[in-house]
Amino acid sequence: MNDKLRSFIEAAGWPRVIIGLFLLSLFVAAPFVGVRVDTSLSDTLVRVGMNGVMVLALVPMVQSGCGLNFGLPLGIIAGLVGAVTSIEMDVRGLPGFLVAMAIAIALAVVLGYAYGLLLNRVKGDEMMIATYVGFSSVALMCMAWLLLPYKSPNMIWGYGGSGLRTTISVQGYWLKVLSDFMSFNVGPYFYFPTGMFLFFALMCFLMWAFFKTKTGTAMTAVGSNPEFARACGIDVDRMRIVSVVLSTVFGAIGILVYQQSFGFIQLYMGPFYMAFPAVAAILLGGASVNKASLLNVIVGTFLFQGILTMTPSVINSIMQTDMSEVIRIIVSNGMILYALTRKVQVKR
Amino acid sequence: MKDANVKEKIQRLLISNAVPIIFVLLSAVAIPLSGFTPQYLIQEMMTRVARNSFLVLSLLIPILAGMGLNFGMVLGAMAGQIGLILISDWSVSGLPGMLLAALIATPIAVFLGWICGTVLNRAKGREMVTSYILGFFINGLYQLAVLYGMGKLIPIRKAELVLSRGYGIRNAINLQGIRHCLDDLIPLKIGDMSVPLATYLVIAAFCLFILWFQRTKLGQDMRAIGQDMAVADSAGIPVERTRIIAIIISTVLACYGQIIFLQNIGTMNTYNSHDQAGMFAIAALLIGGATVARATIGNVFLGVVLFHLMFVVSPMAGKQLIGQAQLGEYFRVFVSYGIIAISLALHAWKRQKDRERARRSLRGQAA
Repeated sequence: MNDKLRSFIEAAGWPRVIIGLFLLSLFVAAPFVGVRVDTSLSDTLVRVGMNGVMVLALVPMVQSGCGLNFGLPLGIIAGLVGAVTSIEMDVRGLPGFLVAMAIAIALAVVLGYAYGLLLNRVKGDEMMIATYVGFSSVALMCMAWLLLPYKSPNMIWGYGGSGLRTTISVQGYWLKVLSDFMSFNVGPYFYFPTGMFLFFALMCFLMWAFFKTKTGTAMTAVGSNPEFARACGIDVDRMRIVSVVLSTVFGAIGILVYQQSFGFIQLYMGPFYMAFPAVAAILLGGASVNKASLLNVIVGTFLFQGILTMTPSVINSIMQTDMSEVIRIIVSNGMILYALTRKVQVKR
Repeated sequence: MKDANVKEKIQRLLISNAVPIIFVLLSAVAIPLSGFTPQYLIQEMMTRVARNSFLVLSLLIPILAGMGLNFGMVLGAMAGQIGLILISDWSVSGLPGMLLAALIATPIAVFLGWICGTVLNRAKGREMVTSYILGFFINGLYQLAVLYGMGKLIPIRKAELVLSRGYGIRNAINLQGIRHCLDDLIPLKIGDMSVPLATYLVIAAFCLFILWFQRTKLGQDMRAIGQDMAVADSAGIPVERTRIIAIIISTVLACYGQIIFLQNIGTMNTYNSHDQAGMFAIAALLIGGATVARATIGNVFLGVVLFHLMFVVSPMAGKQLIGQAQLGEYFRVFVSYGIIAISLALHAWKRQKDRERARRSLRGQAA
């Protein structure tokens, strides 16, 4: 029994065990401080569904050796453009969502290709450059949101009559088109967004199937040993570009899933820091800078979002202060830091 | 043959100074558009060079040691701010207050620098992204200390510093007591313009310190490590220790830099000031033509002037050009981030090219 426990801890890794126990204790403590467990669980699940695809988007680039995609905002921007364009075209309901997705994917392919070309020229420094590519593209789009000729009165500033608002509601368009598909309630407090989870599962399946194809296997080979991959006749640069495009496209889809559940499109500086929670989540799930699996994505998203949901309600009721934001900063960045410093240790 | 050589030389000169050249051109377009008077701009630059140079200079030593841009300088800035919070509480004003703040902040900065150095030693080859994330992480701890610790664990007596709930420091702190105390120490006026002479003297002294430091044994060791860690190691240089020292020096200097910066500004934004310090300092250094591997004092001053020229001019230029000041505001954010992205990418690209060239040269003349 003891051996089994030890091997489990070893396989899962200490950080996950600690965070997992912490989360568990939060759930256990919740009823005692007047927080409903079913509400919390439902909130956690909704958030997992919202963020899952964005976390999934990190997998291809990690697998192809491009590191953690801190440039995720680039994909998110493609998603935002898709979202506002679909509203501008006034397509409602599921078709609207699909239109948004089609535009977003098309744009993400183009942006991702250019981004991939750039990252191929800076091998070894991808993460730092990715961060700043993300930041500068968000800043560039800030100007674009002001200037682009969108006309829909639901989106532009009331005065002046031009420039998009900072937050745009998707109500009346495609609010919860995925979430509410086959969703059900258990009791008055537990809500399960079935459609969103089906979609997330579909995305995971696509990703899984992709890594079983020839291209997917070649990509993993590039990530684990580029020299060997080259000797096998794999076009390393092409594989890396494919992975970056894939990551950007998933990022774009991910933000659309997020928005349809959240109800708002956040423009301007909204996507600025969105890569960090996703990165922290996948690392929390046990991924490292050069290896990530679907299990890492699912476990990590659940743990991370669980902590985000539970700390404000539970910790605040216990300590009478709002420390959740600080805890979030420390946990997520601590996790990234742990992953960045870990690889060298293993090497030795 | 000779012609081609000259052409190549000019080409190389243009490429290696591409960033400053672009900025000079950009300013040349934007200054007339903005409609500011030259006198205003010169005064503004004078203040801003005094305010920011020290922070930017603190980045030089880690670059010398081959550790790239020290995004961890925000750690030092945080230490400086803790010092400033405490002296505002104790109502120590003027130059003694500033010195006391520096004195309190130094051990904190040394400790944080030591942590940063130790962490970076475990992440060789990706120092920049690691120090960047470390900045966020320590920011969390800083918030924990300042937002929850101060007033509870650390006694704060002044009510105007503390949030209305009884603990935690307010968002903005008025540093009236030490405002301009260094800048106005030696009053000097040229025409209508006031010159913060004492600050310039401190900066000059610090430049001399860096020049001297590069010639010491430690400075030479750092340079050797910056060139090749393995070679330095086999030459008997304690690589890890020297790298930690480089980061500690940088962090402590950033701490002083932040104190100088805030004494000029006069108000402290408790939870944001340090974040911006790092980004602006790094953007300024890169605009001055520095790269991740090579930076000089000249780069620092050129960078600060060009960056802040754009900083002052672009909102007005945006307003005159398109009628929206907000656009200029976003433009300047875009430029700060974009320039860091481009310089980092150019540097990494160049390094990759160099590596390829080195590999090709091993093959001999056949190709």
